[in-house]
Parts: sequence; structure tokens; C-alpha cells
Amino acid sequence: MNKNSNTYQILYAAIMVIVVGAVLALVATSLKPRQQENIANDTRKQILSAIHQTAPADDQVEATFNKFIVRDYLVDTTGAIVDTTRNCAFDVNMKTNVKEAQPKLPVFEARVDGATKYIIPMYGAGLWGPIWGYVAINDDGHTIYGAYFSHSSETPGLGAEIENAPFQDRFKDKSLRYENGAVVAPSVMKKAANGDEIDAVTGATITSKGVDAMFKKCLAPYAAFLATKGGACDKPACDKQSECGK
Amino acid sequence: MLSKRNKEVLFNPLSKDNPVLVQILGICSALAVTVKLEPAIVMGLSVIVVLACSNVIISLMRKTIPTSIRIIVQLVVVAALVIMVQQFLQAFSYDVSKQLSVFVGLIITNCILMGRLEAFALSNKPWPSFLDGVGNGLGYMIVLVIVAFFRELLGSGTLFGLQVIPQWCYEHGYMNNGLMILPPMALITAACIIWVHRSRNKDLQENNK
Repeated sequence: MNKNSNTYQILYAAIMVIVVGAVLALVATSLKPRQQENIANDTRKQILSAIHQTAPADDQVEATFNKFIVRDYLVDTTGAIVDTTRNCAFDVNMKTNVKEAQPKLPVFEARVDGATKYIIPMYGAGLWGPIWGYVAINDDGHTIYGAYFSHSSETPGLGAEIENAPFQDRFKDKSLRYENGAVVAPSVMKKAANGDEIDAVTGATITSKGVDAMFKKCLAPYAAFLATKGGACDKPACDKQSECGK
Repeated sequence: MLSKRNKEVLFNPLSKDNPVLVQILGICSALAVTVKLEPAIVMGLSVIVVLACSNVIISLMRKTIPTSIRIIVQLVVVAALVIMVQQFLQAFSYDVSKQLSVFVGLIITNCILMGRLEAFALSNKPWPSFLDGVGNGLGYMIVLVIVAFFRELLGSGTLFGLQVIPQWCYEHGYMNNGLMILPPMALITAACIIWVHRSRNKDLQENNK
């Protein structure tokens, strides 16, 4: 058979594409359940990181998650709980959610050593791609218990440092405060001096600004919800919680 | 199994005919994934798998491939294998796939792959093609690991994410070299390796008479 005839070439290409397509479709569909489970478990791990918990083993992520996260729900901008279906907050896709005019406001309620923590998901932009995170707030409604950040494509060693503990630990015990009725998250900035400012990552100005903007934007709609828990600390930039009287 | 020629096919790419050091192929990905050792190793392993498999497949098909569309055929085979590697990583090694993110997909554009398919697999039997793929993949991986070793050590003071430069060095004024983390230093590190490699292998040096 003439290998250079048009018929042969077209047939060859067509058959090859069909075979390759079929093989890829088979691989993709058979691995899909595993991949989705991995993604869900990865999200669970990230939420657990915000309250400083890790699963003892990879196959116990879901059990650990269910142990600490007692319930999840959606709230509205007035602070009322609107949906308490199990996993309703877990199933919110933050990527599309933040773009909506009236985003859903998911909250995960966790109990750590008898104390209640409220975990709020965040989503924003870094230098090269999206960044996201979770912040856990104490039941006083203004002290940050822990924060977790991750990214899809920040520079390793620079912007990517936001996913490491040294940066995330800087958020612990900082407090949210009120300004004109809106909640103001602590600022991420260079040379943080004041008690409620957080040192940015050296060499990663734009990623740090992205974290700052994400933090402020994503926490703002929760003002009313947090107010029902005791509210934001009303003294500007206070570093001693006991003086707040709340 | 390993005749003299097959041994050459397998071991030459490690040093004398190294794809990165001598043929200067695959430099772009060597630059992107060598900030830390772990992704460099996984990337190297992925390239070995894709290169060996695609070499075997193309070698099996070599007598049927129409010459005028051979590049497209090679590309489809490589792309399919890369997507499969990506899917398997996502299913069985999710953390690593997160680290490598887009770079696994970029194996498709790695010139070493097309180069070996074109130069070797199209005209050789499956077994030597397999060895050629493994050899070239290893040659690529060795360079990635050496570059990543120096970049992670000098850039972050760590190896495999573990701190190796003791704290007292920092206390006495030592600082991590931030420049090592940036892409240009991968090229400079690779150039230094090429320099050392050439000065040790006189037969690689061009005659300047």
C-alpha cells in the first residue's frame, strides 16, 4: 500500500485520533472518582490547617474533618443563617462565588478543645494566578485563631512562602476591628509596626498585597455575622484583647 | 539483551551525549522546575516514563507512519502519554501533581522528546528505543537534580525542604541568595555544569585551529 497516498494519510490520522481519544476518555473517567476525592480531601486538609489540625494519615482526612468541623452553613449580610444543609458551605465554589454580586457567605463551625471557631474561606489574586485561604476566628468574633493560604502558581521561595507556616503564624491572635460599621481585617504590609499589622513576605510585594486585598474583601460581608458573635474589636489597632471589653 | 551497541544507547546520554549538557535541549523546563529538589526529581521521572513509552510506541508504529504527517503522529502520542501521566499523578499522588502544576503538561514541548522520536525511534527497533528513552530521560534528570541541588541549597538553605544550613551561619551574617531562586541562575548553574563537563571531556571540545 502506498504510504504517501492521501487516503492512507487521512485514514491513518483519523484512526489514530479515535484510538487515542478513546484511551484518554477511558483513563479520565476511570480515574475521576479518585481525583475528586483527592481534591475534596485536599480542601478538607486546608480547612483543618486554619485551626492548626492535621489528619494523622491520608486516609483519615475525612474522619478528622468531621470530628472538628461540627457544622457548616451559609449566612447573609445581615448575619442570619440562611442554609444549614450538611456540606452546603463545603460545596461552594469560591472561584465563581467571589465574582457574584451577592456572593454566598459560607462558614464552617469548628470545635477545638471545647471552644468554637468560625472558619471563613477566602479567594483572591496573587502575582501569577489565584490565591486562596481560610481564616479561623475565635468565638469572640474578632480574634484570629489561625489562617491558611495557598496558591496555584506563585514564585517558589518568594510569593509561594504564603503557604508556609512562618507566614501563616503571623496572623494568629491578630484582631479584626470596626471602621464605620464595616469590619476591617488586619493589613499585610512591609515593616509592620503596629500590633495588628502583619509583616509581608520579603521579595513578594504583589503577592502580599494580594493577600491583604483578599483578606479585606472576603471578610467585609461577614461584619454582621461576626457582630452577632461579639463583634469586631472597636478600639483602633488594639494589641491587648483584655482592654477591649468584649 | 544488552549488547555493546545497546549499552552505548543507554549510557551515552548520561555523559558523552547528554541531551541537556551536550545537545543543549530541554533547557526551558530545566529552568522552571529546579528551584527545589523534589519537583525536579518527579519531573525527571515523568520525562523518563513519557520518553521511554513514546519511544517504544513510535518505534512499533514506525513502519506504518506516513512520512508527511510523522511529526503530528509523534505529537499526538506524546500528548496522550503526558495527559495520562498527569491524570495518574492527580489520582495517586495529588500533592506532587499540585507542586508540578503546569510543568507536567509542558513535557509535551520538551525538545528532547521530539528529538529522540525523530532521530532514534523512527529508525530503530522497540527495545533499543526503550533504552534510548530511559538513557536520555536519565541524562536529563541528572542535570535537573544537580541544578536543583545548588539552587535549593544556596537559594533557600534547604534540601528536600529540610533546613541544612545551620542557624548559627545566619546569626553570623550568612544570607540565602535570593538570586538563585530566579530563573536566570538556572541557566548560569547549567552553564557552569557544561563548563566542568567539557573541561573533563576533551573530545567534546571543538577544534579552534
